[in-house]
Amino acid sequence: MSDTQSKNSLLYVSTKDLPELPAPVNTTGPVAWMRQNLFASVRDTVLTVLFAILVIAILYKLIPWMLTDAVFFADSIRNCREIDTGACFAVVTSRFNQLIFGFYPPELYWRPILAFLLMFVAFAPLLHDNLPRKLLWFTGVFPLLAYFLLWGGAIWGPLLILAMVTAAVFVFSLVSKPLNSTLGLLAAIAFCLMYYIFLHDSISGALASAMPIGLEFVESAKFGGFLITFVIGVTGIVASLPLGIVLALGRKSDNMPVVKMLCVGFIEFIRGVPLITLLFVASTLLNYFLPPGTTFDLILRVIIMVTLFAAAYMAEVVRGGLAALPRGQYEAADALGLNYWQATRLIILPQALKISIPGIVNTFIGLFKDTVLVSIVGILDPVGIMQPIRSTSEWNGIIWELPIFIGLVFFIFCFTMSRYSMYFERKLDTGHRS
Amino acid sequence: MTVASDFSDDVEPFRLSMLIYDKRYRSYTLQIITIALFMLAVGWLVSNVVQNFRDLGKEFSFAFLWEPASYDINQRLIEYTSRSPHWKAAVVGILNTLVLAFLGCIAATILGVAIGVMRLSKNWLVSRLMTIYIEGFRNVPVLLWILLASTAFSAMLPAPRQAPVLLGGGFVPTNRGFYVPAPIWESGSGVLAIIFLLSLVGAWFFGRWARAKQAATGEILPVFWIRLAIIILPVLFFYFILGRPIGLSLPELKGFNFQGGGFVRNSFMALWIALSLYTAAFIAENVRSGIQAISKGQTEAAYSLGLPPNRTMNLVILPQALRIIIPPLISQYLNLTKNSSLAIAVGYMDITGTLGGITLNQTGREMESLLLVMGFYLIVSLLISGVMNVYNNSVAIKER
Repeated sequence: MSDTQSKNSLLYVSTKDLPELPAPVNTTGPVAWMRQNLFASVRDTVLTVLFAILVIAILYKLIPWMLTDAVFFADSIRNCREIDTGACFAVVTSRFNQLIFGFYPPELYWRPILAFLLMFVAFAPLLHDNLPRKLLWFTGVFPLLAYFLLWGGAIWGPLLILAMVTAAVFVFSLVSKPLNSTLGLLAAIAFCLMYYIFLHDSISGALASAMPIGLEFVESAKFGGFLITFVIGVTGIVASLPLGIVLALGRKSDNMPVVKMLCVGFIEFIRGVPLITLLFVASTLLNYFLPPGTTFDLILRVIIMVTLFAAAYMAEVVRGGLAALPRGQYEAADALGLNYWQATRLIILPQALKISIPGIVNTFIGLFKDTVLVSIVGILDPVGIMQPIRSTSEWNGIIWELPIFIGLVFFIFCFTMSRYSMYFERKLDTGHRS
Repeated sequence: MTVASDFSDDVEPFRLSMLIYDKRYRSYTLQIITIALFMLAVGWLVSNVVQNFRDLGKEFSFAFLWEPASYDINQRLIEYTSRSPHWKAAVVGILNTLVLAFLGCIAATILGVAIGVMRLSKNWLVSRLMTIYIEGFRNVPVLLWILLASTAFSAMLPAPRQAPVLLGGGFVPTNRGFYVPAPIWESGSGVLAIIFLLSLVGAWFFGRWARAKQAATGEILPVFWIRLAIIILPVLFFYFILGRPIGLSLPELKGFNFQGGGFVRNSFMALWIALSLYTAAFIAENVRSGIQAISKGQTEAAYSLGLPPNRTMNLVILPQALRIIIPPLISQYLNLTKNSSLAIAVGYMDITGTLGGITLNQTGREMESLLLVMGFYLIVSLLISGVMNVYNNSVAIKER
């Protein structure tokens, strides 16, 4: 009975494969995508239509103005208006050199350009780990090289500083072997200060008069445009990270209340006041704090203030990273018998910095954007140079074009930084997160 | 017992070298060195300042604050003339800073929350546009936005005679500034204000009573609507009983300019709009990350308990997300307040513009003026972060 029945029921089963039917048209392809992402409900449809109308209306006005009707080459705004009705980007092209270099001597433009290109070579080994490690030596030398290229002058100053750093490393190892590394660090810093205050000027002066080798000197007042943005921004970025780490470690050092108090005081003071007041301090007040008769480059003063400002924010970011590390990491480092600096360098900081990458890069971006504030104390960065260009007779009446160009350059650099930090974060993610 | 005595026998006598080699004493050595270096640095700076002041024939005093300021401030909340003393100019500046910061925080919060929520929308177009907004504003310096808004207002808006009168005569944008309606307080408006405050208190008490009732009986009242009625109805009733004590004065064109109503300068409008739009982009990111940080399990658990979506949002997701959102939100408020010092770039007279700008240049008292300006910002920052700490402690997860 079961045999016949099973044979009969098998008649319902097909013996050959049926061809696959295509999926229903409203579940795949562009139609389905639009149904799910644009017109999923009545509210969604209304929103989509409203925003689409808005976007189309804006683009309809903007594209002709910015691209098809825009004038890219002309010698004055009247000339622009005669040629076409759109934006007058001719102001950017005709004042391009000023926007980029300020009043830097045109025949020396190769120097900032070379420094800019070498900057990428110097940063490359920090950003990609598949490059030869020897390149790090170039990274170490780059700040001096860039200083020499940008400002020029005799080559002896930078060379002597290089020699000083080498000697300081030697002093450090000399002191830290028999005693300990904290004292070694103090000794090395003391050595550098002593050398710089008492010997540096006389030695480099003597060498420069004996063998005048170097590049033509360019004074800081001639710097301007994006050159100044990069000088302040990059110096601030490079200097604020180590300073911020030191401040964060100082703030975490519970067994040294005095150090902790000083660090907290510094951080909270700097974070509590706007950068612009610090820049006013740099431009009007700093001379009071220095021995009478000291003159001190405004750009250098501003760089110091911007760096201190960013360092305080950096310290808070790094402190967050340090606080996020489980206690076990500190205890494990102690159990291995590492001393404070070894534990910090090998165990604590690599993990804490990895956690705080987004915050660190945000601080970098903030610092880079904040460099435009120097225009308020009279430095001719791109924003500072905008007003003089607008008030010339050729370009009087220009409104949107210069801010659009400057904003675009800032956007490109800041956006690249933030995207790179996301990539970096993913690359370093070792997946220990819960 | 023997063990303890073993250890106590082992206590080393103090040797000088322990100041460097022994971890217990090394911190004292380092701290003493730090104090010494710090004192040296401070002493050096102070002696330089004293020397420089003596060379310039200056002295450190705040007496200049009581001298007449002899400059005008075109936007002010309190009585001020050019014969008023410098301290009054500083107070005008402080009030201007606080007004700008307060209005900026409100606008930035509303915009930021809306954009942050829309950024999470399932609608592709909406979320993409919000991403563009956020990235666009976050990656361009705020000073550029402020300058752009200010030049756009003064160059694009029409002169008063050609200006359009919008919103039934209430709102007139011109290239000098914006004319807006101003309230006129007549006799009886004080009574109305007291009634309004009383009904606020009443609404609060009603909320407490309703919650107690819900806890006791489980009955849920339409609290929101009843509260709205308690706040609005008595005020409306007495408004008409007292014969409309609060009126509006509208701007009217007379000759070349508008008379009556309130006048908001372009510099203020530019700052307000630029700072709000810029800060809103940051707040939107905070809101987004706060909402995303709440795990999906919370939503699913709420649904499985039978809560409808809007109650899930109000009772489960938002209370948890707020704990994450509010600390960065308050630090954005702080940033906005500090960024309001950029007012000096467009000529709005905030504290940096009066005390740190004109007063400083007129009297040559850089040290005193900047100390006061920094002190003001520092106090505001510390107050706000103090409030934030209190809040953080009150909402922190109580671990048991």
